[in-house]
Amino acid sequence: MSRVRVLVGTRKGAFVLEADGQRKKWNVSGPHFAGWEIYHVKGSPADPERLFASQTSGWFGQIIQRSDDGGKTWHQPGTPPGEPTKTTDGMPRGESNKFAYDSSPETGKPLTTHQWYDGSQRPWEFKRVWHLEPSRADPDTVYAGVEDAALFKTTDGGQNWKELSGLRGHGTGPQWQPGAGGLCLHTIIEDPKDPKRLFVAISSAGAFRTDDGGTTWKPINRGLRSSYIPDPEAEIGHCVHRIALHPSRPNVLFMQKHWDVLRSDDAGDSWKEVSGNLPSDFGFVIDVNANEPETIYVVPIKSDSEHFVPDGKLRVYRSRTGGNEWEALTNGLPQSDCYVNVLRDAMAVDSLDKCGVYFGTSGGQVYASPDAGDTWAPIVRDLPPVLSVEVQTLR
Amino acid sequence: MIRVVLPHHLRTLARVGNEVALDVKGSVTQRAVLDALETAYPMLRGTIRDHTTRERRAFIRFFACQQDLSHESPDAPLPEDVASGKEPFLVIGAIAGG
Repeated sequence: MSRVRVLVGTRKGAFVLEADGQRKKWNVSGPHFAGWEIYHVKGSPADPERLFASQTSGWFGQIIQRSDDGGKTWHQPGTPPGEPTKTTDGMPRGESNKFAYDSSPETGKPLTTHQWYDGSQRPWEFKRVWHLEPSRADPDTVYAGVEDAALFKTTDGGQNWKELSGLRGHGTGPQWQPGAGGLCLHTIIEDPKDPKRLFVAISSAGAFRTDDGGTTWKPINRGLRSSYIPDPEAEIGHCVHRIALHPSRPNVLFMQKHWDVLRSDDAGDSWKEVSGNLPSDFGFVIDVNANEPETIYVVPIKSDSEHFVPDGKLRVYRSRTGGNEWEALTNGLPQSDCYVNVLRDAMAVDSLDKCGVYFGTSGGQVYASPDAGDTWAPIVRDLPPVLSVEVQTLR
Repeated sequence: MIRVVLPHHLRTLARVGNEVALDVKGSVTQRAVLDALETAYPMLRGTIRDHTTRERRAFIRFFACQQDLSHESPDAPLPEDVASGKEPFLVIGAIAGG
């Protein structure tokens, strides 16, 4: 029988929530890495027992953790348990946590600065990993989106990370500016039909695409309009919060921008707004139903200065028409005195029939719907603030 | 042996107890102690000092013998009581937040 495993990253640790295909009774394990910020936990599509976690701290920096048994035990890939702690030439291992920006002249344009909030230039400085995206085909290959914004890749299961510096170096890097949450690369999507094509999104630079495995990149922001930048239709500078696609149609992208929900039917070459009748088109999450490519979900947030749901009501909005026409999903969700936020990596869908939808809140609740959003129930109610939610469908 | 006391989160990472004992060859300096610590516990690389520059992370402090040694040269000798193992070298996560 199918099972689901929900991977939750919070401000104070990671949690693993498991249920059978009914998705009614849940087993909760955690906190893993108690006390640490866990920005993201995600499983490998190629080996579902292999999970990667981004463990981070303002005091102690960045740690990458890996599990090869579905989250029961964890280790840092640079120092696997039972293996020597030194290399043959006597150097300590443990390089799996090292994210060094590429500054080599050979790879072209090693940028040294980006734009700061006040318009001045600042050196690139690594702070943390926001998002880990395991390859669809290879359990040893993972992409990492980091702050300050850059894309890294490992091909040895997380032991070593190398920057794909063509992204920072393609030309617009010095104009990138942090959003309120920092200059972070938070969305990475590997095209399910063409592994050389990747989509990424950066707050607040915009969306970018490579068609050659990460060597060359171009901005894909035509059609975005942002009133908070000098030229509202500029090539870059847009605060994209999240992008999602359905695996069967990789040319169709859906975007939740700072304000506005948009879609693209040409792999990001152009976008059009589909906010329609949403009560607010500000928000962070967006996701696509696994069985219905035109069914999408968002959680409207009141505004960028009021990071909570409108009217004290926690409502997921669903469009069955790929945007523009939205219905509020409220059954089982609090409809009074609720003032939580749902952050950009905190929604996911499983691939069962009916599609399960999951999201986590700043109040520590993780909600699940086993029927594509028609009804909801909390899996857990009192976790630390939720940073990310991912789900694995195990068959 | 040099005694080193780690903050809670680094003990968890290194899977050690309150105190670790290190054999430090030659002059007992901050750099020598941290090099020995990272060699014995490579999972701590980057958590106390930057991976590349080897400079102390901003919110980490080094105390010993009732002194704050955080701003001392990494190559200055540590107090004799640390070198002899009488007193521990303390790695501290600076208190911040509420």
